[in-house]
Amino acid sequence: MPEKKIRVLVAKPGLDGHDRGAKVIARALRDAGMEVIYTGLRQTPEQIVSAALQEDVDVIGLSVLSGAHMGLTQKIIARLKEQNAGDKMVLVGGTILAKDIPKLKDMGVAEVFPTGSRLEEPIKFIKERLGN
Amino acid sequence: MFSEKFLESLKAEYGRWEQSTLKKILDKYGMTSDSIPRQTYTPLDIETTDFSNCVGFPGEFPFTRGIYPTMIVGTGIGGRAYSGFGNPEDTRDRLRFLLSQGQFGFSLAFDLPTQIGLDSDHPLATGEVGRVGVALSSLQDMETILSAFDGGAPLDRIRSSFTTNAQAVVVLSMYIAMAEKLGIPLNQLTGTIQNDILKEYIARGTYIFPPTPSMRLTGDIFEFCSRNMPRFNMISICGYHIREAGATASQELAFMLCNAIAYSEVALKRGLGPDDFLPRFSFLFSSHSNFFEEVAKFRAARRMWAKIARDRLGAKKTDSMRFRVASGYAGSTFTAQKPLNNIARGTLECFASIIGGNMGSASAPYDEALGLPTEEATIVALDTPRIIHFEARGADVIDPLGGSYYVEHLTDALEARATDLINKVDALGGAVAAIEKGFIQAEVESSSYKMQKEIEEGMRRIVGVNEFVGETPPLHPMELASDIEDRRIRALRQLRAERNNAAVEKCLNRVRVAAEGTENLIPSVMDAVKAMATNGEICGVLREVFGEAQPFTSY
Repeated sequence: MPEKKIRVLVAKPGLDGHDRGAKVIARALRDAGMEVIYTGLRQTPEQIVSAALQEDVDVIGLSVLSGAHMGLTQKIIARLKEQNAGDKMVLVGGTILAKDIPKLKDMGVAEVFPTGSRLEEPIKFIKERLGN
Repeated sequence: MFSEKFLESLKAEYGRWEQSTLKKILDKYGMTSDSIPRQTYTPLDIETTDFSNCVGFPGEFPFTRGIYPTMIVGTGIGGRAYSGFGNPEDTRDRLRFLLSQGQFGFSLAFDLPTQIGLDSDHPLATGEVGRVGVALSSLQDMETILSAFDGGAPLDRIRSSFTTNAQAVVVLSMYIAMAEKLGIPLNQLTGTIQNDILKEYIARGTYIFPPTPSMRLTGDIFEFCSRNMPRFNMISICGYHIREAGATASQELAFMLCNAIAYSEVALKRGLGPDDFLPRFSFLFSSHSNFFEEVAKFRAARRMWAKIARDRLGAKKTDSMRFRVASGYAGSTFTAQKPLNNIARGTLECFASIIGGNMGSASAPYDEALGLPTEEATIVALDTPRIIHFEARGADVIDPLGGSYYVEHLTDALEARATDLINKVDALGGAVAAIEKGFIQAEVESSSYKMQKEIEEGMRRIVGVNEFVGETPPLHPMELASDIEDRRIRALRQLRAERNNAAVEKCLNRVRVAAEGTENLIPSVMDAVKAMATNGEICGVLREVFGEAQPFTSY
């Protein structure tokens, strides 16, 4: 039996239209053997959580470059908990200032990959945490 | 440019140089000529480049060297800082500061809710208000921002620029209403409105409506501006954001021109003649990191646009063939690592733009990769083109690299590659069809992935990112006040309480009727704006009539 592939939702919460990073990371995760679903732009926290549940993903990767990451991430994590899906791994990437990283982790974000991170970093992180 | 006999003998000479002088040094280091970039260019590389048809004189067709005969005409050195954040009051104060630093005019950035037609009190605006630009809902907000000018904004003398696309019709109407209040005749208004919706679908993402009604709004603006505002640039067609999304130089060039052709077709269908609208087309280009390729790109763009305008669109007047462009940097080349290095990057990019013959060259703040720019970083950006002009004497001569074997060769090569891509888009039915089919997006996505892989694999070396990595003390970009959203919501509540809501309703109904029919939307939107209807309300009506765009992605 082949091992079950890790499933990842790459999501663009909020109104930010910059999806170069989201698309590149989606492709890189796919090339690394994961199943990747990309939400497209302008998703509400509710839409993202419902897509995550529907697609039964293991990981949710949020990409935000507009500076609105704190509030959006908080809402998504709260919503996941409400839906008894608090165990899904949440990662955040984009224009994230160093001082926000510990705050995001306190909220329950597993890891943050700010602008300038290498593609292999989230790949390695996900594989280490989820096996495969 | 060269005789056959000369080229024949040069070929032999080039072979000799390769086999002796070059080979000697390569052998010494264990390299071959295939393992390194091509080392030199000669007349052999521009065999078919004819001086009159391909290079020529600045200010004359095909404008390869420049759209005017000299770099020193125009309205001033350097550009305007793309700025806006927080409330209209915050942006007014920043603008006041920029004016005190010698900036001529302004270039306004709007926040994301504003750009996609939502007021600050809309639920989807939460957390986004005032972040990447100023929140603008009403004519009152526009008046507040422009009160940065003491004694009334001289809208007939300054260069204004508005980065607004999907809801450009609302911002333009506010600007016109402002001019009316100040007693400035419309035909005296100068400035630029971005109004380039196609690149939003390709790259930037702030679209609202599907392409067809969006292009109708574009056409309404063309029609209105051509008739009433002969000094105002009614569109700025952007390669910039396509490049920022990961396109190569030739893709940026090609897709920008494809969009320009699509817009021209809209104007022609409205019954405007090419010489009515082309003089009021402007462009926005990136100036990326590969210095010589960028210089060549600017040259190729001028030549290609002149040929398209004359031969494809039927322009007769010289002014219709001029590729009027603003450029000077590429934000995505600025790194979060060792951010002070961005000053060096910004200088080179701006220098490429200036010696590439672009009159409107600006730089960007070095802390842009981290957040909202500080005043200090903004001053460095404003001073960069000034240093290039006055100290490096970068604009004394126009197109100083013209005639370089390398740059002429690159110019021809970029033109050839971009022409191929334009032909592909034409075969798909033009830019709108190519976007709807996801062709352009897929092209850009492939390039962006390839570029990222090259960086990761070390084939593309970026200082501080994948080589020469080092620690730098953290920069502190500007922070937004935490009460911006609350203050905005209170201001909107007050506006809605104080205005005549029955009049607003009536105006919005007129907008709806105009949108459902075919009449030009600007007069009704202008009346609505004057009655203090908000951006969110006007776009809300248009959303109901036009529907909303679904994202076009190749995923």
